[in-house]
Amino acid sequence: MQLDEHLFRRESARMVAALTRIFGVHNLSLAEDVVQDAFCRALEVWKVRGVPDNPSAWLMATAKNRALDVIRRERTATTFAPEVSRMFDSEWTLAPVVDEAFASEVIRDEQLRMMFSCCDPRLKEEVQIALVLNILCGFGAQEIAGAFLAGRAAVEKRIARGKQSLATSQRLFDLTDDDVADRLPVVQRALYLLFNEGYHSVSADTVVRTELCREAIRLTELLAADARTGTPATCALAALMCLHAARLPARITGAGELSALSDQDRSTWDASLIAHGLALLDESARGADVSVYHLEAAIAAAHVQAPSVDGTDWHTVVELYDRLLAIAPSPVVALNRAIAVAQRDGAASGIAELEAISDADRLAAYPFYRAAFAELELRRGRTAEAREHFEAAMRLARNAAERRFFQKRVGCCGSDQ
Amino acid sequence: MSDYIYLFRTTADARRAAMGSPELAQQSMQRWLAWLRDLETKGHVKDRGQPLENEGKVVRGSKKVITDGPFPEVKDLVAGFMIVQARDIAQAAELAKGCPILEGDGAVEVRPVMAMNF
Repeated sequence: MQLDEHLFRRESARMVAALTRIFGVHNLSLAEDVVQDAFCRALEVWKVRGVPDNPSAWLMATAKNRALDVIRRERTATTFAPEVSRMFDSEWTLAPVVDEAFASEVIRDEQLRMMFSCCDPRLKEEVQIALVLNILCGFGAQEIAGAFLAGRAAVEKRIARGKQSLATSQRLFDLTDDDVADRLPVVQRALYLLFNEGYHSVSADTVVRTELCREAIRLTELLAADARTGTPATCALAALMCLHAARLPARITGAGELSALSDQDRSTWDASLIAHGLALLDESARGADVSVYHLEAAIAAAHVQAPSVDGTDWHTVVELYDRLLAIAPSPVVALNRAIAVAQRDGAASGIAELEAISDADRLAAYPFYRAAFAELELRRGRTAEAREHFEAAMRLARNAAERRFFQKRVGCCGSDQ
Repeated sequence: MSDYIYLFRTTADARRAAMGSPELAQQSMQRWLAWLRDLETKGHVKDRGQPLENEGKVVRGSKKVITDGPFPEVKDLVAGFMIVQARDIAQAAELAKGCPILEGDGAVEVRPVMAMNF
């Protein structure tokens, strides 16, 4: 029996969800102890008897039994979850209640509630994301630090701070509350940032990056599948993630090299993920609401549906960027718009747009800003200027893959004479 | 080929640390399974042993005092055992070098099973 590569991470998140339902969110660390205990037992038993046919079910059953032990031992001394704890006094009701917490639809629901609790607007976004990754995705501080290029100590602090805040709450966020609508955008934004971290991350570790994207998609799908949280904006967010993720294997080659859109082998884009993303985008079109996610997803859709860079509907893309700039102005959006304008109207127009970006100073450290100038200068035959910009981009490169990428582009600018 | 017992010795802390996060748990499990698979394909495993509970009792001395196993404080806890077959003690010890318990500062005690030649 082969061990699934992410078994423990995935099951950790599900077990914590079930166990917090039983113990209460204020006993989160107790839930985590039980999970760790289940892992230790798994190691001892599996190495003697082999991996069971259904390792997930084995872990769940073990966690369930440990939970029963903990409750029987501590029910007089510890206050458990207010919603269910009165059922713990009698053996008649104890087992059914614990069983129910481990039912898959309950686990799904608890994960949603946990997601909303982690995305407390009183917590900084970086804390929200670290919490989501730790509790709902099972990543340890070390892995989170690796993905975010942050120090392990800093990440541990974020997680501790978040958990402290969770521990003081009486219960997990209630999805029947009226304030779901208020909290939902915060959750969407955290998932969006989580995805971007994976997709654009400066971390060179492609495995971690792919995993971050996959987890962001999984959680967003969880959000989309629930009637209370599956709004058009949620569907658009899920669509956007799928349409971007479909290009991920082509964007970073097996050797960890970045590949420009024009060089990507479109046949390696994930067709099923594209189809899924387009279906989600359709679904997001119910209602009149047009969110940032709708516009970004529509731009991504224009790219994945085009046969080539030249065959892309750049008129539509520019128009979408215009609308995006109107509701969410940012220099990076303006930069992408300028590149689209260059495709539509020619290199000179693109350069004019680049120069017109009002808050371009915020792009000073962003290597792809200089690279955009370089590409357009190269396109209109000014190789000396192009070389200079590429060299500047190279100096700003944030990792080895970016550096090699710009280095290669410098090589395309001809020799020095 | 002769029989040797591997006694896996570690501390409770090291044991938990090896499973300290899902990622670590995954790695520990994969290392153990890979090591065991390797020993097995080479025909060294005679008996994989039995999983042991963490806690138990200790019966000590002529007064036969029974105490709970205060294992968390024990520096040197027997975490498990298995029986391997090897050419000689040197090979048995060499094979134990791949055991993942060593990564967490644990130890493998290799003891020849006494041969009964009568």
